[in-house]
Amino acid sequence: MDFKFTRENLDKINDAIKRYPDKQAAVMHALWIAQAQNGWISNEVMQEIAKVLEINPEDVLGVVTFYTMYHQEPVGKYHLQVCTNVSCMLRGAYDIYETVKKSLGIENMQVTADKKFSLEEVECMGSCGSAPMIAVNEDYYENLTVEKIEEILKSLTLTLSKEEGV
Amino acid sequence: MEKIVLPEIKHLHLIDVYLANGGFNAARKAFSQSPDDIIDQVKKSGLRGRGGAAFSAGLKWSFMPKTTTKPKYLCVNGDESEPGSFKDRQIFEFNPHQLIEGILITCYAIGAKTCYIYIRGEYHKWIRLMENALADAYRHGFAGEQMKEKFNTDFSCEIYVHKGAGAYICGEESSLMNSIEGKRGYPRVKPPFPAQYGLWGCPTTVNNVETIANVPPIISNGWNWFAKIGEPKHPGTILFGISGHVNKPGVYELPSGTLLTDLIYNYAGGVPGNKKILCVIPGGSSMPPLRGDQLEGIKMDAESLKAAGSAIGTGGVMVMDEDTDLVKVLARITKFYYHESCGQCTPCREGTGWMLKILNRILRGEGSVNDLDLLISVANNIEGNTICALGDAAAWPVKFMIERFRDYFEERVSKEIKLPVANKVHSMRKTEFPLAEIKN
Repeated sequence: MDFKFTRENLDKINDAIKRYPDKQAAVMHALWIAQAQNGWISNEVMQEIAKVLEINPEDVLGVVTFYTMYHQEPVGKYHLQVCTNVSCMLRGAYDIYETVKKSLGIENMQVTADKKFSLEEVECMGSCGSAPMIAVNEDYYENLTVEKIEEILKSLTLTLSKEEGV
Repeated sequence: MEKIVLPEIKHLHLIDVYLANGGFNAARKAFSQSPDDIIDQVKKSGLRGRGGAAFSAGLKWSFMPKTTTKPKYLCVNGDESEPGSFKDRQIFEFNPHQLIEGILITCYAIGAKTCYIYIRGEYHKWIRLMENALADAYRHGFAGEQMKEKFNTDFSCEIYVHKGAGAYICGEESSLMNSIEGKRGYPRVKPPFPAQYGLWGCPTTVNNVETIANVPPIISNGWNWFAKIGEPKHPGTILFGISGHVNKPGVYELPSGTLLTDLIYNYAGGVPGNKKILCVIPGGSSMPPLRGDQLEGIKMDAESLKAAGSAIGTGGVMVMDEDTDLVKVLARITKFYYHESCGQCTPCREGTGWMLKILNRILRGEGSVNDLDLLISVANNIEGNTICALGDAAAWPVKFMIERFRDYFEERVSKEIKLPVANKVHSMRKTEFPLAEIKN
C-alpha cells in the first residue's frame, strides 16, 4: 500500500512549510492533509510525510500517537464522535451514546462491518451550551435528543444508500 | 449593557461591516504611539488573561525582552478544551476581525512579526471561519506586508492558523508551543518562561483569544474606560459560558463581578423544573466545585471567586441540580484527566488512573469510607508535583468535591473500613491464618 501525496496536496504542504522557520512544524498540517486524502494515517503515510518534510519517521509517529484525532486505523465513512463529558452527560449524553451503540451494533472505537460507520466516545468538544452533541466527521449536531439522533442516523443511512444507487 | 467582545451587530464577521463600525481604527491609533505606550495602557486598563490564570496581560507583554536579535512570536490560544468552556468559538464565528485587530496591536506592542492562532482540531468549522476572515483581512491589506502601506507605518506582521488535533494539554502554553513546533504536546519545565525561551527558543507571548479580542476597545476608548467596567481588580466584561441544568445555556457577555445567582437565574433562566442546585463548577471542570447552598452573594471575578474557595478559570459555569449523581460526575471528570494526562510526570499519569479506579469502585457500590480519604491523599500527592497545571486541574475537583460534599459521598460508601488486600495479608500472617482462605 504505497502512499503518495497528490500534486495539489503537495502544494498545500509546501505552502504550510513556508509559515514556519522549521519544516517539522508543518507535520500537523501534513498529517491533516494526508488524513483527508487517505482516510487514516498508515505507516506508509508517515514514511512519506517524513520524506517530504525531511524529518525522522519516528518523529512523525510520535506526533500521530500523541493526538487523538489522527486515525491510526481506518474509520467508517461516517465517523461518529459522541461527547460524554460533564455538560453533555448532565443533559443525557449517555442516552445518546447508548442509542448510537445499539442502532449501529458497535462499541467504542469500532467500525461497522460494512465500513460505513465508526464510533468514538470523545472528550469535551466545546459545545457545552448546546449539549448534548455529536460530531459526524467534521460537522457538529447539537441540542440532541434520542429521537433526533435516531433521525440523524436514519438520514445518514439514506444518504449512503442514495450514493450507492447513483 | 455594553458588550465589548461580542457586540450585537448583524454580520459583524464580515470585514465590510466591521470596517463600517470603526474596525481597525484602534490599530491605526496604536501604530501612531510607541509600543511601550501600548503596553502601559493595557497594563493600566487592568486587563487580565481570560484563559484561566487571570494574569495581567500588560504585565505579561512587558516580560518580552526589548533588546534581542531573535525573532519574537505571539501565540493566540484558541485550544479551548476545558470542559464547560465554549466561548472562543463565538469570537471566531461572530467577531473574528476584532481578534485580528487585537493581534496586530499586540504584535506591535511586543515587537512580534509572526502570530500563530492555535485552534483545536475539533473546531473544523470555526477554523474555516477564522481562515476566511483572515484571508479577507489579507485581501484588504490589514495583515502581512501590505499593512505597511495601509496603515502608513513600517510595522507588519503575518498571521497564521495552526490546527490542533485533539489534545486538551495543548491549551497549556508550553505544550501549545511544542505543538506548533510539530512535536508531541508535552509541557515544558518553567522557567525559562515563554517570554525568554518560547517558540524555537525565541521570545514568545501566549494569550487567550478573548484576552486579545479585548485589546482594540481598550486602545480605542482608553484604559480609563475599561478599568471602570465591572470589578476594579478584574475589570472588563467576561464571556460566561453556562451549561448543564439551566433553562437557557449559552454564552453571556457580562461585566465581571456579576452575581453567580444572577447569571444562573436571570440570564440562564434558572434550573429546569425549579429544582434546587446541588453543585456549581464556576470556571470549567478543573476549578473547585461550590455547594449549592454556598452560592448566595458570590461574584464572578477572579478575586471574589478566590475568596469563595474556587477560581474564575475560563468562566465556564456548570450547574448541577439536586438529582445529579455527583459520584458519577466526579468519576467522569477524573476520566477526562486520566485520558488527557500527557504521561510525562508520574504523579499525574498514575494518580489520575488510581483516582478513576477508586471512584469507579464507589460508583459500583463497593467503596468504603477510607476510599474517600485515599482519594484526597492521592489528589494531594498530584497537586503541585507536576510540570504543568494539569495535575492540579485533576486534583482540585476530587479534593474539593469530597471535602465540600463529604456527607453526600459518605452516604455512597460503606462505613466499614476495608483494608487493601496487601494489608490484609500482612495482618493475617501475624495471626497465622492460612493464606489460602484469603478473599477480597
